Amino acid sequence: MIGPARPITGLREALASGRPVVTCEIGSGDGADPEALRRRAHLVREHVDAVNVPDNTAGVVHMSALAAAAILAQEGIDPVMHVTCRDRNRLALQSDLLGASALGIRNILCLTGDHVIHGDQPQARPVFDLDSLQLLGLAVHMTRTGRYLSGREIKPPPDLVPGATENPFAPPYDFRPLRLQKKVEAGARFIQTQIIFNVERFAAFMARVRDLGLDRAVPILAGVAPLRSARGARHMRDHVPGLEVPDALIRRMEQAGEERSRREEEGIRIAVEIIERVREIPGLGGFHLMPIHWEEAVAPICERAGLRPALAGAREPEAAAVRGGVRGPDLSNHREQTA
Amino acid sequence: MVSETARAPSALLRRAQAFFRRHPRTERLLDRLARPLEIALKRPIFGCRMCGQCTLHETGLTCPMGCPKTLRNGPCGGVRQNGHCEVVPEMMCVWIKAERRSRWLPWRGAILRIQPALDWSLKGSSAWMNVLSGRVQKGGP
Repeated sequence: MIGPARPITGLREALASGRPVVTCEIGSGDGADPEALRRRAHLVREHVDAVNVPDNTAGVVHMSALAAAAILAQEGIDPVMHVTCRDRNRLALQSDLLGASALGIRNILCLTGDHVIHGDQPQARPVFDLDSLQLLGLAVHMTRTGRYLSGREIKPPPDLVPGATENPFAPPYDFRPLRLQKKVEAGARFIQTQIIFNVERFAAFMARVRDLGLDRAVPILAGVAPLRSARGARHMRDHVPGLEVPDALIRRMEQAGEERSRREEEGIRIAVEIIERVREIPGLGGFHLMPIHWEEAVAPICERAGLRPALAGAREPEAAAVRGGVRGPDLSNHREQTA
Repeated sequence: MVSETARAPSALLRRAQAFFRRHPRTERLLDRLARPLEIALKRPIFGCRMCGQCTLHETGLTCPMGCPKTLRNGPCGGVRQNGHCEVVPEMMCVWIKAERRSRWLPWRGAILRIQPALDWSLKGSSAWMNVLSGRVQKGGP
């Protein structure tokens, strides 16, 4: 059996604990070597409850998210497997969800997926048989009813924790909280947001989310990423659809200069500032870090911002006592929804 | 799949469905006749792609099949800051239009309904006939 050597505690238990949760996305790998993936995972594992592995990010071929997540599960790290609708029809999606569960992968992040047109092989035929909401509904359906879409029984059914995303920084802004509401209705058990650079817009989004009562229905993890250079920041602003990078941040990165240590320091400082400001917004369930190919930044960001995994206390009681708790928003209402 | 339960069909619709169950050849004939009519009407106005399971009334009278990702449940996260499509930069996002137009409709809440997965076997057939014959239930298959 290839499954995990021991039962993993991770995102599910962290979400149930009611304490602020920390997750982190790492690169799934650009080659056939599992060591590189393990090395990246070990850079972040002590700081997070679960580790996300993306599914052909930006439409560029990487190692399969299923394989990468299985490798993490073997290491005793709770993976969050990204599943997109771009490359697989509903048959392949169902078999992948089943395979994931068999390999000890429980957390599934349901995404639409970046279009192939922005990837390295724009000639490919995009699939989009389902959309992200229907995929989410599919994962919930398989887990709750123990049946395939056809109605045929799954013996035994997969045990999945399906999650979803929302991007408060893409128009139509008024519709984004409503789309999140749809995802909660479809059965999302956690939400990870797009990278926050514009805190004001995120605060406005969260105000509407609270009006709809969604923050009490599902833990929302705020997405944060460190900038690494002014060039990278400008690229994000101009060429990554759905990302909003304010000019003020780009100017700060420019002022930090070209020297590597100085611009990296500034990028980490900005990320920590964003975390501190976002933390003031009520209704959040934690943070989701996206250190795009820069996993080394996770440790300093977590340390300076005082982020620690929800289950840190359970795993290492002494360390938790020393570091002191994160003063997050009141999460007492976050109870794991019954599957 | 998570979706609202289908609304109970009206008595008239029930009778039509029963009729077409008994007369499948008539149904096929009417489907063939309805197709060109439906294309002629809906393509110029809505850019209809003949998915065979029309959801126009629930998506602000905007055809979601014009979306390069054929998303039927709302916009993807890649909408540009100017509201245009990430795949076709010169095109306004279908869902920006859908959301704007839905506000003017008396049934504006319909856009919040979770749309079930498409039945691709119905592509090219008449959505009207699919409702009359009961192949597509209004309110979701």
